Amino acid sequence: MTGPPASAARRDSPPGPEFELRLYVAGQTAKSLTALANLQRICETHLAGQYRIQIIDLTQTPQLAAGDQILAVPTLVRRLPTPIKKIIGDLSNEARVLVGLDIQPVIV
Amino acid sequence: MTKICADRPPSLAKAPTGIAGLDEITGGGLPAGRPTLVSGGAGCGKTMLAVEFLVRGATQFGEPGVFMMFEENAADLTANVRSLGFDLEALVAQKQIVLDYVHIDRSEIEETGDYDLEGLFIRLGHAIDSIGAKRVVLDTLEALFAGLPNHAVLRAELRRLFRWLKDRGMTAVITGERGDGNAITRHGLEEYVADCVIVLDHRIDEQITTRRLRVVKYRGTAHGMNEYPFLIGSHGFSVLPITSLLLDHPVSVQRVPTGIARLDEMLGGKGVYRGSSVLVSGSPGTGKSSIAAKIVETTCRNGERALFFAYEESAAQIVRNMRSIGIDLEPWIDNGLLEIHASRPTLQGLEQHLVMIHDLVRAFRPTVVVVDPISNLTMAYDDSEVKPTLMRLVDFLKKQQITAVFTSLTSGGDTDSGLDDSQLGVSSLMDTWLLLQNIEFTGERNRTIFVRKSRGMPHSNQVREFLLSDAGIDLVDVYLGDQRVLTGSARVAQEAHERVAAALRAQDHQSKLRQLASRRTAIEAQIAALQAEAETEAEEVHLVIAQETLQQKTTQQNTDAMVRQRNGAAGRAR
Repeated sequence: MTGPPASAARRDSPPGPEFELRLYVAGQTAKSLTALANLQRICETHLAGQYRIQIIDLTQTPQLAAGDQILAVPTLVRRLPTPIKKIIGDLSNEARVLVGLDIQPVIV
Repeated sequence: MTKICADRPPSLAKAPTGIAGLDEITGGGLPAGRPTLVSGGAGCGKTMLAVEFLVRGATQFGEPGVFMMFEENAADLTANVRSLGFDLEALVAQKQIVLDYVHIDRSEIEETGDYDLEGLFIRLGHAIDSIGAKRVVLDTLEALFAGLPNHAVLRAELRRLFRWLKDRGMTAVITGERGDGNAITRHGLEEYVADCVIVLDHRIDEQITTRRLRVVKYRGTAHGMNEYPFLIGSHGFSVLPITSLLLDHPVSVQRVPTGIARLDEMLGGKGVYRGSSVLVSGSPGTGKSSIAAKIVETTCRNGERALFFAYEESAAQIVRNMRSIGIDLEPWIDNGLLEIHASRPTLQGLEQHLVMIHDLVRAFRPTVVVVDPISNLTMAYDDSEVKPTLMRLVDFLKKQQITAVFTSLTSGGDTDSGLDDSQLGVSSLMDTWLLLQNIEFTGERNRTIFVRKSRGMPHSNQVREFLLSDAGIDLVDVYLGDQRVLTGSARVAQEAHERVAAALRAQDHQSKLRQLASRRTAIEAQIAALQAEAETEAEEVHLVIAQETLQQKTTQQNTDAMVRQRNGAAGRAR
């Protein structure tokens, strides 16, 4: 009963996306697809309406790898809010993703 | 049978490093298109070697390169290598080199699942493609072990990385931190890089650091197995092979006069060969430096350049002291034909000295090099190190056709056994060996010189006395007689003694001759008197004879007259 209203309240309050996330992948690999699916699920669950995801495929734009110091793929970079945070892996460990992105989990 | 080497199939392709000495040891460079591991402790010069490999590849061999660094950033690296004369900024601007700083901070990285290092591959691939690189440096990959918690993934990825580099035909240098004990690298990188492993080391021995390099492994090629000293000088990295393995330097028949006429006379009348090495050894104060200075002065007088490395005296002191024996070096310093480099042997390691000599010789291009004295280097270093160092120096100078003069202090006093143990075992490297000795006799010490050996020319076997005066250096014959050799005032006294004796003898002869002459005169006078007497006597005898004859005649006539008279009277009587 308490879950949806809280969620609704959070969804309504901010005018724009609070979280700007950038996911670096290398081509359409199984790991990339898993990571993207995991990310979308986690964001929808915990950051609904407050996030924006940008996907960068390094095989298409390799020059972008140096900018965010990308070494491992997939890497998820939290550009906003500052400070910048970086997590690596296919995001299958949700708890770690939440810790890494510093997100207060929404208790469902 | 010995021609087998010539028919041998071409060996492994090599990518020359351009680093002085390293290409000699490795027989041409690092394995082309393969990774090479360079390992060493902190401050060993791994990064310097890697940078020089790239810079020389880009500037000398037309092979652009990518430098991927994990520890220091591009600005720091550029600043650090500028002191070696490498301008990375310019090379980056010319698209000859790409610098990529990979920063990993463990605290920034949270592992959330499965991952790989494709990002690194993409970055590297992108950098390689952007300039058409042929060379890659990864300095140092081991930072990844600190940055990435999952070593299983990392190791798998490293294995893939090396294979990938090989597939792309990159000649790569991978640096790694020296591990504890016998491990070549802390994280065992050597297990991925199987082609060539170079270990750098620096050791402190009696407070002096020496850097050393060793090729631990080089698959598919013969290589120098020894440890080679190297250093990082103002011209970059240089490795000094113990000696050039071949004795193939050019030889000259030209002679270099020593400037001491009698010494040249002892050396076949013309002096030493150009490009030969001359050892001048002797106990303290026998005049080694003076001979060296004289050779230097003569060289400059002939309009050639000379380089003087002094390990005992400062340049000003040498000039002052040599002036006292009539050798003025100052004008030659002023007009740039002579350079004196004075330093303490302990200033730096032996190899640094050697490299300094190399650098200066290359820059100054002298025809004569003096090292005064080589024996001083042994005070600071182990004998076992000095000989190979000198051998390298001798080889280097010979190759350049530079006449080398080494002085050596003999510590063993004047005895013959002492003379031999102090040559650092280098006399066999020398073409000409002048031995200076002090002879103590009748309360004074005198200098003597002799040519102990001189390859390829007739040389005097005589010991000469060696005189230093304000008029210069001169050699005089020693006094040989009475079964001994006399020098100095003993020689002078003996010579005076002989002169007096000779003068006395001459006087004696003359007086004898005079006596003889006067006696002859006297005898002749006597003869004349006797003759006169004889003549007088003869005259008297003749006179008497004449008188008696006359008398007899007269008497006969009288008798005859009487007979005639008597006969007349008787006839009348009949």
